[in-house]
Amino acid sequence: MVLIGAAVVGVLIGPARIDPGPVLAEVFGRLPVLDFDSGLDARQTAIIWELRMPRVVLGALVGSMLSVAGAAYQGVFRNPLVDPYLLGVAAGAGLGATVAIVSVGSGSAVVPLAAFAGGCTAVVAAYALGTASGGRRTGLHLILAGVAVASFFTAIQTFVQQRNTDVIREVYSWLLGRLVTAGWGEVLSILPYAVVSAVVLLAHRRLLDVLSVGEEEARALGVRPERIRTAVVIAATMGTAAAVSVSGLIGFVGIVVPHAVRLLVGVSYRAILPLSLLVGAAFLVIADVIARTAMSGSEIPIGVVTAFIGGPFFLVVLRTSRAGFR
Amino acid sequence: MSRLTARGVVVRYNGRTAVRGVDLDVAAGEWVTIIGPNGAGKSSLLRALAGVIPHRGSIQIGDSELSSLRRRQVAQMVAVVPQHPERPDGMRVADYALLGRSPHLSYLAVETDADRDIVIGVLERLDATDLADRRLGTLSGGEWQRVVLARALVQEPEVLLLDEPTTSLDVGHAQQVFDLVEDLRVERGISVLAAIHDLTMAGQYSDRLVCMDGGLVVADGPPRSVLTEEILMRFSGARVTVVDGPGGEVIVAPRRRP
Repeated sequence: MVLIGAAVVGVLIGPARIDPGPVLAEVFGRLPVLDFDSGLDARQTAIIWELRMPRVVLGALVGSMLSVAGAAYQGVFRNPLVDPYLLGVAAGAGLGATVAIVSVGSGSAVVPLAAFAGGCTAVVAAYALGTASGGRRTGLHLILAGVAVASFFTAIQTFVQQRNTDVIREVYSWLLGRLVTAGWGEVLSILPYAVVSAVVLLAHRRLLDVLSVGEEEARALGVRPERIRTAVVIAATMGTAAAVSVSGLIGFVGIVVPHAVRLLVGVSYRAILPLSLLVGAAFLVIADVIARTAMSGSEIPIGVVTAFIGGPFFLVVLRTSRAGFR
Repeated sequence: MSRLTARGVVVRYNGRTAVRGVDLDVAAGEWVTIIGPNGAGKSSLLRALAGVIPHRGSIQIGDSELSSLRRRQVAQMVAVVPQHPERPDGMRVADYALLGRSPHLSYLAVETDADRDIVIGVLERLDATDLADRRLGTLSGGEWQRVVLARALVQEPEVLLLDEPTTSLDVGHAQQVFDLVEDLRVERGISVLAAIHDLTMAGQYSDRLVCMDGGLVVADGPPRSVLTEEILMRFSGARVTVVDGPGGEVIVAPRRRP
């Protein structure tokens, strides 16, 4: 319900003033069972269907991906501080995007692809490094390898950026996260990854509950923690990298939303994963509405909004659920 | 007929050889208890028998070699009550016990009503029905121990491995747990292999005792033949008197140094 409400608000609000009534009529008129004419002209229809709707849908997709991936990472590493950028996706995507912006410009369609490739490369590197150092049995090596890979990629990215100070603004705008759409292109480009990732993660909800008793006991219960971890990390990385590739780095969503959900429904991933998906979508759509409207005439980067809401909110969650995670 | 057979089992764990060639048999429906000083290799042996840490040598469950079985197949036959079970405090008792169905489900399957019925049955059997909706973090030590046992029984195992299941319990609660295991062993023909520190209880509940020291089996036989003052002095450095209780049961009483 919240998600639907947020989506409606997201469609209603925008820089071109169109009365809410006709917009609603236009949107719901498209539903198969209803049939009425909104009385909007072609330009207004285009604004709704080619500008506002894609943006709302993209926000929902990115928000749900980051949240469900965050929840899955927290489950598989049994660590409440983990976020979807843990294994270096963010740093890798940042490097990929920076290199693309420097070499072909920020408007290019190559930027998301480069970000996606960079993010996946970083995680593969972290995984290879983590398992090579004997980390198959504990997730700890993997996390440490992620930290090392992230610093390494960030260092290269900073270097590239300093050599190309003319594009620093564009790189920063990307790094702060933004939801910019031109039609349905972005939505369609990440939709397949988002769907596959969400399906795989949701399918692992029972196994994440089994992992909550620790690796050795999980093994005694007949599961193989390494295999679950690999499958979940691949799926979550794919979803995160897809989200990051179109939206840049939107912080805090992947950690705040799962914790809020956990506070509401308890510790079972059977409830946490699907609810994170929905709440994350609603959260980001609302954050985007705030980003678009809080300052008249200009947009605040959405990453700033999520951090601004997320930071204090996170403290509240931590205070109320000190023992709640496990 | 032997249900659990170990031959020449060696376990290296954390860079040290904890078990150095152990032979062991547990028959169907038999209760065998491993005793021995700290660091004798009891826990490592139990974990290897459960297949959760690697071993060399041969371990057979029924007719099958452990290393040729898949993880799930092992867990369908062998359940473990660990010494310090991980406790996800926020989880509900019924959900925790339901994890015991895991070995009987394929990778991405979820539990059915039949699985939930098994949980309900086990909780009833353990007089723990009223705990079903409690969160694990709110349980007392005795309740928690029963719930861990419930999870193991929900696995419907043929072999139950208990690694010092009563260390954190007072004598009364420890006896309750052992009485329960004893009843289930008789009812369901489960084989029990336990590591127990309390020698009197080990002697009273077990069909056979195995004494380990330095990763080896140093004595194996009926309780009376293993619980002797000489063996306990030699391997545990313990000064004890072994006496008969009023009902003929064995009692191992520690003595102060003279």
